[in-house]
Formats: sequence, structure tokens, C-alpha cells
Amino acid sequence: MARTAVSRRLNWRIGTVREVRQETPTIRTLVFDIPDWPGHAAGQHIDVRLTAPDGYQAQRSYSIGSAWTDGGTVELTVQKLDDGEVSPYLVDVVEPGDQIELRGPVGGWFVWRPAQTDPVLLIGGGSGVVPLMAMIRQRSLAKTMQPFRLIYSVRTPEDICYADELRRRVRDDGGLDVRYVYTRKTPQGWPDPPKRIDVATLNTYGWPPDFAADTFVCGPTSFVETAADILVALGHDPRRIRTERFGGK
Amino acid sequence: MNVLDGNALAGDLAEIFAVDVTAARFVCAGCGHADAVATLQLFGHAPASVGRCPECTDVVIRLVRADDRVFLDMRGTVRLELPMSGS
Ligand SMILES: Cc1cc2nc3c(=O)[nH]c(=O)nc-3n(C[C@H](O)[C@H](O)[C@H](O)COP(=O)(O)OP(=O)(O)OC[C@H]3O[C@@H](n4cnc5c(N)ncnc54)[C@H](O)[C@@H]3O)c2cc1C
Ligand SMILES: [Zn+2]
Repeated sequence: MARTAVSRRLNWRIGTVREVRQETPTIRTLVFDIPDWPGHAAGQHIDVRLTAPDGYQAQRSYSIGSAWTDGGTVELTVQKLDDGEVSPYLVDVVEPGDQIELRGPVGGWFVWRPAQTDPVLLIGGGSGVVPLMAMIRQRSLAKTMQPFRLIYSVRTPEDICYADELRRRVRDDGGLDVRYVYTRKTPQGWPDPPKRIDVATLNTYGWPPDFAADTFVCGPTSFVETAADILVALGHDPRRIRTERFGGK
Repeated sequence: MNVLDGNALAGDLAEIFAVDVTAARFVCAGCGHADAVATLQLFGHAPASVGRCPECTDVVIRLVRADDRVFLDMRGTVRLELPMSGS
């Protein structure tokens, strides 16, 4: 078939895993080399497609956790679901040197750009922290000073992804703060019992509605809907709230 | 049922269109609600996805992939407003 004119439309391509990094017992980051990567914005994702020897294919989306700079890396951070079809493979099986079919970067709505100067509120549940981390890293790279606040819901302290980096960035990147919500087990001496994200948390640790913050909410579908409903009930402008549902219940 | 949102349509739509359609605004033919395609409630997985209006749950977009073609049914949106690059 004759080659058609250069198309800006997207196609599947092959990425090579350069490095893997265990973030928690169930979360792993895959660092990719992808030839001719065009760069990406914080919040975008990639579709991954696995093909079994019999031709069966499974396709899933994964947010890009790294912020882009020239010569930078494309990193996906995947949480293993024990009964999952794709995530156990990406977390337990894939090794450096493996090649994976992918398509991206995609998504232009759940995106933060350093040119946005308003305060930012990030609300993540579980692996929903991944695109939010890309935004935190992007802000740091761009050396901009928007106030950033992350509210991050995890089951236990051991489940915190990027824990060391978040601690370091809170110390070094002026204007970033992080508040954890523990749903199953808290650290010693934590003031609250384990609980899900609620009105009190978002009221106390979110920005007040009149800050008109750019708000990004991401995680399992039920988490996203609960958090977004609370924000609207607290008086936040729904047009400033961007949501991305990862699935599950 | 695994419920996602219109963000997850970005890859399939990017194979068809040169601009990102998830950032486009739809206007629901059923109730007139208007918002970004990314906010649609998405049911199903590739190769067949249905995007419903988050306000009235009417079907706004249906996308079905076959081996060598894509069927895109958009009768649920009376208008699609696309941001062009540079804007
Ligand atoms: C735009 C987008 C970005 C995403 N980014 C990431 C990311 O950065 N990191 C990441 O780990 N995942 C991310 N996901 C989720 C990912 O695409 C898969 O859904 C997830 O890895 C599970 O796939 P699986 O094949 O292992 O499980 P499946 O075989 O699809 O599902 C197994 C079981 O788990 C349930 N389930 C499915 N998804 C979830 C979920 N997210 N949470 C809880 N239960 C679930 C299912 O209902 C089912 O019962 C993203 C999803 C979307 C739509
Ligand atoms: Zn509607």
C-alpha cells in the first residue's frame, strides 16, 4: 500500500522498558524508551496493548507519571490488582529490555500546564496520584510558584507511592503541601481514625471555594465521584473541577 | 460494571481525529447539557464503548472498532465544539 501523507493521527508504537522501580509492595514504575516521543503534558496518559500468543488482546490506559523535558523519560506507575488481567503482568512480570505496544500521549482535558497561574488542588485516591504527581513534577521543572496542595488517600502508610520524593518536594519546592487520608490503617499517633475522604477533610485541607483553584480529582470511580460531589456541595465551581475515573467500583 | 469517563476515549479518538476530541464540548441532544467529552460516563471497553450524558444518561457517543474501520455514532450530540491548536 502506498504511504499516505504524514498524518498527525496517532498509531500504536513500540516502547522498550529501560528500567523498573518498585514503589511499594504492589506498585511499580516502568521507565520507557520510546523513539521519537513528541513530549507530553502533565495529566496525559498512554494506552497499553498486550497480545497473547493466541492473538487475544487486552488494552488499558495508564497515566504518565513523569513530567516531560527534552531527553526526559516516559514513566508509567502501575498498581497491581490481584485479580486483574493486565496490571499483575506489568507489575510482576515485565523486565528491562521488554518491548510493549503503546499509543500516546493522549488526553487533552485532564491536563495542567505551567501557564495556568491559579492555585491548584489535587485529590488522588490510590493510583490516581500518578497524573497528579506528573503535575507536581511539572511545576517543579517549570520553577513556577502556584500554590499546590495534594490530598492523597491511601489504605495504609505502606501504600504511599512516591513517599520519599513527596517528602523531599514538600521541603524543597516552596508552596507545595501534602495531606494524607488513611482508609485502613494510620501511622502511630495520627489524629484521625482510618476513614474515607469526607466533607471535613476537604473542608479543612482543600482550598476555600473563593480561591477559584484549578482542581484535579483522580482515582477509582467511586472515589472520584464522592470527592467531586463533596467539592460541589462545599461551594466549589464545578467548571473548575476536572475528574478522571480509573475504574473499579 | 467498570465505569470510566470520556478521558479513556482519548486514544481511540486520536486514531481518528488530528485534534483531541476529549477536550471538545458536546451538547446533549436529550437534555441540552453541555460539557467536555472527557466528562461523559463511559461504559464498556475497547472495541465497543458507549459515552453517556452525565446529566440525563442518554447515549451521546458510541464508538465501535472493527478490524479495518471504526464506527462512530454521534447522534446524541447536537453539536461538537472543538478547540483548535493555538487557541
Ligand atoms: C485514563 C486512565 C488512566 C489510568 N491510569 C492508571 C495509572 O496511572 N496507574 C494504574 O495503576 N492504573 C491506571 N488506570 C487503571 C488501568 O487502566 C486498569 O484499569 C487497571 O490497571 C486494572 O487493569 P487490570 O487489567 O489489571 O484489571 P481488570 O482485569 O480490568 O479488572 C480486575 C478487577 O478489578 C476491578 N478494577 C478495574 N480497574 C480498577 C481500578 N482502577 N481500581 C480498582 N478496581 C479496579 C475490576 O472491576 C475487576 O473486578 C487508568 C485508567 C484510566 C481510564
Ligand atoms: Zn443529557
